[in-house]
Amino acid sequence: MTRTAPALDIDAILDDPDTRIIVCCGSGGVGKTTTAAALGLRAAERGRSAVVLTVDPARRLAQAMGLTELDNTPRRVDGAGESGGELHAMMLDMKRTFDEIIEAHADPERAQQILTNPFYQSLSSSFSGTQEYMAMEKLGQLRRSDEWDLIVVDTPPSRSALDFLDAPERLGRFLDGRLIRILTAPAKAGGRSAFKLLNAGFGMVAGILTKVIGAQVLKDIQMFVTALDAVFGGFRQRAEQTYRLLQAPGTAFVVVAAPERDAMREASYFVERLADERMPLAGLVVNRVHRPLAPSLSAARSSAAAEELDARGEHELTAAVLRLHAGRMQLAARERRQQDHFTSAHPTVPVAQVPAMPEDVHDLAGLRQIGQLLAS
Amino acid sequence: MSQPTGGRAGTNGEARDTDWDGVRLHVVSGKGGTGKTTVAAALALALAAGGRRVLLVEVEGRQGIAQAFDLPPLPYEERKIAVAPGGGDVYALAIDPEEAMLEYLEMFYGIKRVGKALTRMGVVDFATTIAPGLRDVLVTGKTSEAVRRRDKLGRRAYDAVVMDAPPTGRVARFLNVTQEVAGLARVGPIKNHADLVRGVFASPETAVHFVTLLEEMPVQETLDGIEELRSTGLPVGGVFVNMVRPAVLPEGVLQAAGEGRFDSAELALGLKAAGLTDGTADASAVAEALAREVTEHALRTELEKRERAALEQADVPRYDLPLLPDGADLAGLYELADALRAQCVA
Repeated sequence: MTRTAPALDIDAILDDPDTRIIVCCGSGGVGKTTTAAALGLRAAERGRSAVVLTVDPARRLAQAMGLTELDNTPRRVDGAGESGGELHAMMLDMKRTFDEIIEAHADPERAQQILTNPFYQSLSSSFSGTQEYMAMEKLGQLRRSDEWDLIVVDTPPSRSALDFLDAPERLGRFLDGRLIRILTAPAKAGGRSAFKLLNAGFGMVAGILTKVIGAQVLKDIQMFVTALDAVFGGFRQRAEQTYRLLQAPGTAFVVVAAPERDAMREASYFVERLADERMPLAGLVVNRVHRPLAPSLSAARSSAAAEELDARGEHELTAAVLRLHAGRMQLAARERRQQDHFTSAHPTVPVAQVPAMPEDVHDLAGLRQIGQLLAS
Repeated sequence: MSQPTGGRAGTNGEARDTDWDGVRLHVVSGKGGTGKTTVAAALALALAAGGRRVLLVEVEGRQGIAQAFDLPPLPYEERKIAVAPGGGDVYALAIDPEEAMLEYLEMFYGIKRVGKALTRMGVVDFATTIAPGLRDVLVTGKTSEAVRRRDKLGRRAYDAVVMDAPPTGRVARFLNVTQEVAGLARVGPIKNHADLVRGVFASPETAVHFVTLLEEMPVQETLDGIEELRSTGLPVGGVFVNMVRPAVLPEGVLQAAGEGRFDSAELALGLKAAGLTDGTADASAVAEALAREVTEHALRTELEKRERAALEQADVPRYDLPLLPDGADLAGLYELADALRAQCVA
């Protein structure tokens, strides 16, 4: 028998007033958003003032929380919250968030310059890291506003579940990096091509850029970067702030997985990465666990008995039910093995399990039920 | 489901009609957790069966192919990873956007040995992670190059290419590369390159398939994805319903259980007859627990039926892939490939 993982005490985390941020992360399709929403609701019903920040929720889940559009502002969820607690929820609008940063930091004229720049427009709506960056930016804003005592964040469905940790740093590195200096140099030198003023390495790179992306695009990028540079000074500093916020003791990372090979492998990877980055891990939530209701009857015995009944030509229904049960026992055993692998590699990580539901969650009652299961 | 589309039969395999004759690029998408990579791998094996050459590419740097075939991580290099039933070869390529960019610069501009300088300056970083859409153009560009490639004698390098594509929510944008790079290039070499790539994707030689489970969210995303593809003019392929469980209980029993009318008394007798229980009290306790399993199964089956009906709205060919009791290991991939061939996918 492999060792048993310690139990993840969800209520202790939700009830601790020092817990200010919960980040739900994990690979796609494991029920991250549902987990985040269920945690937020449970916190609200235990007296906390909570806000759930979701990225791209499924339609009906969004509706369950009263969210009908992307408006980038937390809305109060009716019928959620007890003993003084309340729940707010919002869907992230990454372009709006980016626009707001620009508007907040630049004078109107310069803001206009940036907002209408084609490169900016493309960057703010399609850069594969923008969503991650803006989710973290929004998290920072919500935290600074101090309006809620608990923020639950659902991370974007990224290529890799780690993108949201890397995106701020990457954008920061770009905006503070050498390429920016190449790009801004001509503009600073009065708009004419000033590449020749730079050293040979710079000149070569700039030459390639002009050749490949063309002069007009290069000009758009230069204008954008120059305007942005004047506004921000240090994007990297901003990225570092967010990063430190995630490392703070009031933050709790909850890694979400399903009991399948790929999802558990990703969860493992994530746990290791969080440890490397010294990010506070609360534990692992395993969703959609199949639990046999008659566990004392083994798969082998059920199958053998079903065969026996078939051979005798009696109790056809019982034989079919026994085969169904055997399948369920096998599935449970496979899921158990996946979790055991995780726990042998990470024996100290607390785990909570949520049984598979016959149907998806569409309303607060469903979220409430998930919350109860998480805490039990 | 077999409907000859009037393309060519296999170049060197046996001739048989399949639903996707004439398709040379199979793009496989699906919501996270539906088994997209597994299905892409099985499809590659099925297409290669009978002596063809198939390239399986992945574009998201997850090393999913290596994991599916139980291999060490794949480099940026086309290499043979599996032999298909009846002697065909599956090659794999994990496309790395940085390598693809350097290769692109060399191929189209004759720019060589500048990788280090570009990396140091942050250009590679910029191009592959920040510049909107450029990363996607690089990986889709590499894929379409493999689709078009011919050897010196003018023969196709691959009979088919299977791409393990990004998830459903992003796939239309990913394939619609011209739109993706619009902010970066309205004219010029990148634009031309994107147009060329889009031409390959929008052609009848391409089919974009979706993998789904019979669950609400994956089905909804599949329907949305199909809609989105159609509106962008990209060719919709089939829907692969993955992890389908065999029907073990008769319809009448399921219906009764779904309505809460399943009688556990008969079950208790059956359990006793099978010698599985220890006395009457135990028999009825176990029977009740099993009856609850039956009820859950019935609810689940009903939901699956609803989702299946929803998928029918999309009016595209559907294929079922069985749930593998031991998970999608290497043997499982071959089993799924057989199932695909039996349904005339390949």
